[in-house]
Amino acid sequence: MTGGATDYLLEATDVSKRYGAVVALKSASLRVLPGEVHALMGANGAGKSTLVKILTGGVRPDEGTIRVRGTERSAHSPAEARRSGLVSVYQEPALIPDLDIISNLRLTQTPIEPFRDWIARLGVEELDLTRVARQMPLASLRIIDLARALAIEPDVLMLDEMTAALPANLTERVLETVAGLRGGDRSVIFISHRMIEIAAVCDRATVLREGETVGVVDVGDDDSADRIVESMLGEIVEDLVDRSVLDGRGAERLGPPRLEVRGLGAETRLEDVSFVVHPGEVVGVVALEGQGQDELFDILSGSARPASGEVLVDGEEVSFRHPADAIREGVVFVPADRAEALLMQRPVRDNIALPFSARIPHWGPIRRKQEKPRVDEAIDRLQIDIRAQSEVRFLSGGNQQKVTIARWIASGLDTLLCFDPTRGIDIRTKHQIYPLLRELAAAGAAVLLYTSELSEIQLACDRAIVIFGGEVVAEIRAQDADESSLLRAAHNLRSEDLLPEEIVAGAGSDEPHAERAKGERE
Amino acid sequence: MTATVTSSKPTTGTRRPVGTVLRRNGWTLGLLGILALLLVITKIIQPSYGPGGVQGLAISVLPLALAAVAQTCAVLARGIDLSIGSMMALTSVVSASLMEDRSEGFAVLVVFGVLLLGLAIGAVNGALVAFTRVPDIVVTLAMLFVWAGCALLVLSTPGGGSAAWLSSLSRGPFLTQWIPRAAVVLIVVIAVIWIPLRRSRLGLSLYAVGSDPLAAFRSGVSVTRIKIFSYMLAGLFSAIAGLSLTATTGIGTPVPGPYTLLSVAAVVLGGVSLAGGRGGVFGPVIAVVILSLIRTDMTFLNVDTNLATVAQGLILVGVVMVGSLIQLRRDR
Repeated sequence: MTGGATDYLLEATDVSKRYGAVVALKSASLRVLPGEVHALMGANGAGKSTLVKILTGGVRPDEGTIRVRGTERSAHSPAEARRSGLVSVYQEPALIPDLDIISNLRLTQTPIEPFRDWIARLGVEELDLTRVARQMPLASLRIIDLARALAIEPDVLMLDEMTAALPANLTERVLETVAGLRGGDRSVIFISHRMIEIAAVCDRATVLREGETVGVVDVGDDDSADRIVESMLGEIVEDLVDRSVLDGRGAERLGPPRLEVRGLGAETRLEDVSFVVHPGEVVGVVALEGQGQDELFDILSGSARPASGEVLVDGEEVSFRHPADAIREGVVFVPADRAEALLMQRPVRDNIALPFSARIPHWGPIRRKQEKPRVDEAIDRLQIDIRAQSEVRFLSGGNQQKVTIARWIASGLDTLLCFDPTRGIDIRTKHQIYPLLRELAAAGAAVLLYTSELSEIQLACDRAIVIFGGEVVAEIRAQDADESSLLRAAHNLRSEDLLPEEIVAGAGSDEPHAERAKGERE
Repeated sequence: MTATVTSSKPTTGTRRPVGTVLRRNGWTLGLLGILALLLVITKIIQPSYGPGGVQGLAISVLPLALAAVAQTCAVLARGIDLSIGSMMALTSVVSASLMEDRSEGFAVLVVFGVLLLGLAIGAVNGALVAFTRVPDIVVTLAMLFVWAGCALLVLSTPGGGSAAWLSSLSRGPFLTQWIPRAAVVLIVVIAVIWIPLRRSRLGLSLYAVGSDPLAAFRSGVSVTRIKIFSYMLAGLFSAIAGLSLTATTGIGTPVPGPYTLLSVAAVVLGGVSLAGGRGGVFGPVIAVVILSLIRTDMTFLNVDTNLATVAQGLILVGVVMVGSLIQLRRDR
């Protein structure tokens, strides 16, 4: 045992992995010091997820060594990785949907009392452990996942896009908790696309590009964010928000509204929502988790029926019984979960061609010749990486999301509904998706975009509507929609003297401040 | 030790309220209700239905109930075993041919041997499914022919014999004339094998793999091993079912009855999700009794047997449909 090796808690050296001709990792290295929160960053296809899988034992590396506390180990399953001190929280919940929470804990042999402590520290007071995982909201499952991992007290805790599906208030708690682990005996590997989070909790960042470690950055430095992005992209990107573009936005309303919603309500959560979307504009929807945005998009896309209110398309009232009805009216939907929209085991082309070849008049033989140019055009326009096109599930998350957008471009659209389309997608793809939404709007489409990432509003939208408690509580022009005012509005706060962070930290549950906010409004 | 300490502690949330227990077992309780109703109806159409009838019902139900438990084990882990009937035939002829004209003591050895055989052939099924990645339905369909052929190799015509103690286990009453021994055997088998399993981490893993294999893998469950284990359980229960065939008929039958498809029907009717991860063994067992009682009633009513089969199918569809509707309502 050499002296140097013991300094690191986790040390992965020159790890490589190839799948046939595709090199996923060339020579990736990752060194994590005890007590640090270490960011692992990289664009899609940089090899990040392969490295994660190797560390957690899902995939075996072709070459390279992994040492934990100086001892070499080779894990062949998550169970073995855990025994050697590494526990992961994945992008999607790893809880068994049909088992209740207590059984899930028993399955991973998680000590119950520490679990409860962590749950309380993460700000969830009432948790019924006998509830079946399937019936719980996604955000709670993520928190349970995290608390379970923390309760096991691993040497190295790996958080893969932990905050991607969390509302702002829970994200805050998670970041606080992660920051609280700093300086101890244990370490955290933190994977996130959100630069602000990296800056807030991480000590150092390892950046991967094209399967190689291209840099290790000290996050504390002033220019660290630039340097991380720089090494990720291999080039310097310009300032994210161009002010002059923003000022011009939303100035003119082109013609009558394309989509109009009047007093829309659902059985749960959605109370009374009204707004209009004109052709040529991108309207952002901002809301904390569970304020009725899911129900709103379900109704607009034809998956659910409203309990009250009406929806008008081009001035005429519509009532969608089925997504096909919505699609016929040119209202198309891009969900956050790619698996909901795509046929994972079919080629890229079939997926893109599906919406226009699935219409009943086209039930005869598929006319490849007619299909091909439109599909090709869509693939080109979105710059979809089609090297692995034989089955969509082989594509990276970003490319999958591009396919879901491409299919609607190929079939033609008037109104595009996007529900958190950039969830868990790398920066490079994100920066292709925003201009695309602007382009579609410029070509005359009406776009409604819900996003959990507040910074996206200024990047893509003309204006934003804020939903709170099932009602529209604010409408903000893009030039005023910086993150702090959006966050304020999303908490339904008007006065300047209360910052959302203070409220989140002060109040235990959502109830008191929701009530206070309601009182304020009246 | 630690387990007992934590479980005895009255921590909130870990104890299940009565309402939850009722709701979770709603399907099984509903089936019990239907069963009670059917028994009343039977008594009305055939006032002479008594201990003898219950006796006969239990004997005819025993092999199929065990087959349904076997199928449940495979289905819970997101599999399906089409070779259950053949495995029953094979274990039945092996036990019958070995026990013929041998001592009662030797028969005990035979019983244990046959149980091991069940585990072994189940392990073959499971290993083929887990390692070849050929779909479960294809592998077990192929093995249906393999095990059926093996059974015919052992005994080409019905024959052999059963030890007296084994036969008497399944026939006759227990304590009072209202409780058939066959029912006691069934309950004991389930109590000894299933209930400890259901409460163990192994049983939890079985449900986990059936519910979401990826999440199970990430929770540290070896999906391959659990998959094989589920088929071994199916093999074990098939072997017990085969033994019960030998015991109730006194001979070994190399050609399997319609047990495989009936076991799938019982699993569906018993509230086990064919997509895996949901349900238990009690639902299917009660479902078997219901299916068989319906047939009995039809006979009492002098309904054409072919018509009775049609009715049986329609009832199956109807019950499952109504059940799903109720479940849909509740989940809203």
